[in-house]
Amino acid sequence: MRNKTIIGKIDIWLLLIYLALVTIGFLSIYAAAYNDDCPHIYDLTQNYGKQLLFIGVSLVVGYIILLIDAKFFNTFAFVFYALSILCLILVLLVGSKISGSTSWIQLGPVSFQPSEFAKFGTALALAHYLGKLDTDTRNRKTQLTAYAIVMFPMLFVLAQGDAGSALVFFTFLLVLYREGMGGKLLITGVAAIVLFVLTLCFKKWYVMIGVTVIYGIFLWLMDRTRKNIIIVTTILVAAIAFIFSVDFAFHSILKPHQQTRINIILGKEQDIRGVGYNLNQSKIAIGSGGFLGKGYLQGTMTKYNFVPEQHTDFIFCTVGEESGFVGCFVLICLYLALMLRVITLAERQRSPFSRIYGYGIACIFFFHFAINIGMTIGLVPVIGIPLPFLSYGGSSLLMFSIMIFVFLKQDANRMNIL
Amino acid sequence: MIKNKINYSGRRYVITTTFVAVAVIIIIKLFSIQVLDDSYKRSSDNNTLRHITQYPARGKVYDRNGKLLVFNDAVYDLIIIPRMARDIDTSSFCKLLNISNETYNKLYEKAKKYSPVTPSVFISQIGKEEYGHIAEMMYHYPGFYFQTRSLRQYPEAIAAHTFGSIGEVNKNDIEKDHYYKIGDYIGKSGIESSYERELRGKKGLKIVVVDVHNREKERFMEGRYDTLPEAGKDIILGMDAELQAYGEFLMQGKTGSIVAIEPATGQILAMVSNPAYDPNELVGRQRSANYNKLLVDPQKPLINRAISGTYPPGSTFKMVNGLVALQSGVINSDSEYPCNGPKSTPIKCTHHHRTPVKLHDAIENSCNPYFWQAFRDMIGSSRFKNSKEAYEFWYGLVTSFGLGKAFKTDIPYVVSGNIPSRAFYDKVYNGRWNSMTIRSLSIGQGEILVTPLQLANIATAIGNEGFFYTPHYIRAFADGTPIDSALTTKNVINIDRKHFRDVKAGMQSVFEGDHGTARYSRIDSISVGGKTGTAQNPHGLDHSIFMGFAPVENPQIAVAVIVENAGFGSTWAAPIASLMMEKYIRGYVKRTWVEDRIITKKDEK
Repeated sequence: MRNKTIIGKIDIWLLLIYLALVTIGFLSIYAAAYNDDCPHIYDLTQNYGKQLLFIGVSLVVGYIILLIDAKFFNTFAFVFYALSILCLILVLLVGSKISGSTSWIQLGPVSFQPSEFAKFGTALALAHYLGKLDTDTRNRKTQLTAYAIVMFPMLFVLAQGDAGSALVFFTFLLVLYREGMGGKLLITGVAAIVLFVLTLCFKKWYVMIGVTVIYGIFLWLMDRTRKNIIIVTTILVAAIAFIFSVDFAFHSILKPHQQTRINIILGKEQDIRGVGYNLNQSKIAIGSGGFLGKGYLQGTMTKYNFVPEQHTDFIFCTVGEESGFVGCFVLICLYLALMLRVITLAERQRSPFSRIYGYGIACIFFFHFAINIGMTIGLVPVIGIPLPFLSYGGSSLLMFSIMIFVFLKQDANRMNIL
Repeated sequence: MIKNKINYSGRRYVITTTFVAVAVIIIIKLFSIQVLDDSYKRSSDNNTLRHITQYPARGKVYDRNGKLLVFNDAVYDLIIIPRMARDIDTSSFCKLLNISNETYNKLYEKAKKYSPVTPSVFISQIGKEEYGHIAEMMYHYPGFYFQTRSLRQYPEAIAAHTFGSIGEVNKNDIEKDHYYKIGDYIGKSGIESSYERELRGKKGLKIVVVDVHNREKERFMEGRYDTLPEAGKDIILGMDAELQAYGEFLMQGKTGSIVAIEPATGQILAMVSNPAYDPNELVGRQRSANYNKLLVDPQKPLINRAISGTYPPGSTFKMVNGLVALQSGVINSDSEYPCNGPKSTPIKCTHHHRTPVKLHDAIENSCNPYFWQAFRDMIGSSRFKNSKEAYEFWYGLVTSFGLGKAFKTDIPYVVSGNIPSRAFYDKVYNGRWNSMTIRSLSIGQGEILVTPLQLANIATAIGNEGFFYTPHYIRAFADGTPIDSALTTKNVINIDRKHFRDVKAGMQSVFEGDHGTARYSRIDSISVGGKTGTAQNPHGLDHSIFMGFAPVENPQIAVAVIVENAGFGSTWAAPIASLMMEKYIRGYVKRTWVEDRIITKKDEK
């Protein structure tokens, strides 16, 4: 009976949004992989059949999570974190290589992507650490520890050669910001991104001259107190050092295919047959959807496999082509509703753990959503990260579902926290 | 609540605003590409894009005088996209294509198995007329379209081995170079293979919007993403097409080969291998049938004997032995050796001449005992620590003529022939051997094997008095791209020039001396140096061999000829070579009686 009351308390809106997204995901994968020769949805040799299985598994796992004691995830947050780090180390040792990155662990017929698990572990660990009552987020040591919690798994993911998944960890900066840290850090981050793009678009000397000119203007306009001059000069030096390191990182650390992807998004290269091919085909597919779309299973671009990776990272193309602007609009609203609902629920939590965890997963969803859809329509570089609940793939669907269900459980249990 | 904890919940609005802002940006961008920009929408309503590979024209091939030898002719491949071709009227289509329903189904299944959505070749190489007839009706048959290809044409029908042929790529080719896709062509042999990269050019891509009726409607985005094909480079060969044709004319009915080289450059003027075939046979739809026919032909016409046939050089090798002996200092041009004619031991002489002889007369009379004794004295000379060391000296100089190793050149599949190494003899004779053991080498028999190409190169090196350029097909690229610098680098032989002059004088008397073995092959007003050979052949009649050059003073052509199982070098190989020289230098042949005798000679089989 107790269980029933717990389930009765869960947030029905969030659950419905989740179920809607998973359903859209399945329908899209079915459309993307649609093959007249095997039209049965439960055909396990086809991707959509497997996805159906993954959905089933996710729901069962979700249900089990709802039955577990709510304090479990707070208590064992660092155990999850440690486990995920362990998996990340393991994948470096025994991982199998899929499209350039060593990010999969093969367990018999099941392959599993530890970087997905690491996001969840990191969200838990961060929430646990910052959620302790005696934590003061203004303390320097606290802040450094929080950054370390985020950076640690990120470095391992980077070491796998999976730059896309590593970038996801930046999303935790938003969580830290919510908890009172790094207002300046965010500004610095945005400035860094602007400098980054400019450095890659133009010659680094031009950007440096530009920065120096701005520095001059600042010096001219502001009160030239000794302290101000020191601060502004320090910023200038830091900016120039940053420009140099971006230039170096781009040419020496990034792999050629990553360089090309960035160059294409910046409009510096046009490579219609190579990397640009995906992007171009994806834009044609989405663009050809028009206002109302071509109708379900009627998308010619996706049906004839013109879009590579169309059931995984480019699943949004199917939605764009077959359901048009209207469908995309609805889907984006669903995602926005999901994120805003999670934040609304997070804000009503009594336990800081639940709140911070809620922000953590909202930001993860946000990052995946923005980058993935952004890349299919050419707003951001082609970075291979999945679209939550839509992209084909067991690991990602399961982990995103676990994130949601753990949060649902925390929320349902909020009245029990004193 | 602890006092120093500040409530930051106001920051939630910064975060939610960010979320909303990003969603709005995405929606605006989607609105722009889905609703506002109609370049994407124009390909909607079931229109699809078709990526049409534009094949570049393969490079043409010319001879040294600018005569066109290889060019392209357009044919058409019928391409299928199986999933789009499901609902067509099969029986009318089969009638149009003139194939049976079963054939259609078989081809369709094959294409579908390859990929239901990727274009593949349905029927390849449809001729121009048939194409015109079918193309009119194509709008009835969605999922099918034509792609232009070009086929090789050989207006002169000569030099099949030199040109080689092109054929469809196999799995290996595709794996090695991702430029190739299934159905593409690649050079399989000859210059088509060695200059594949230059000849093939670069494929282009045309993206067109196609409607449901399979009609090309327009170029996608005004062709912004199209790439133009780049034509392959044209090649100018060192070959003289007239000389090549003449050589093939002379070799008709015989088994063997002719190689003619321009000594000043190493370019191949003619390379004949008989039996041969018409290069036009290995083109188009009949290629594989004809290829298989040629493959099982007991005469083995596919083999280029000029580069892969190996023969004992016989007496022609005496030049090299003479040069090495002179360079060793063991003999000089005035050294004399006795000859007991047929009674000589261990090698008898087959010619009648005065004795003792000097080098000059020994060459003119092809005196075996002279060269045996010179070889024996060199191997046993006290100038060397022992006979093995002397042998290594000999080996080093002999191989510097390009013998015993394959030329690194643009001629594919050249073989190395054989010059036995010291280690080889050590192994065979357990380390106990001397000049007597290996005496056959002195007269170009024994383990020595050379290809006609190597033999022609010896003639080149002697004609040039001590150097040669690695023999090669190419003269230049028509666009001026420099050819491989290894082919224009001089190979110098470490033998004094004066020794070459002595040997050349002897070779000239082979034609001009009273006893010269090639005296019946003289050409008036053209001085010729050469050497005949009759190579013993364990498999049958002796091979008739010749190598030489003309004019002696400033050689313009060096020739090697081998006629298999034809007997004396002086009877067949020498006159054929002399005709080649006359034809090349004079431009025509005066001695029609020699020509007449040669072309009546056929293999006795």
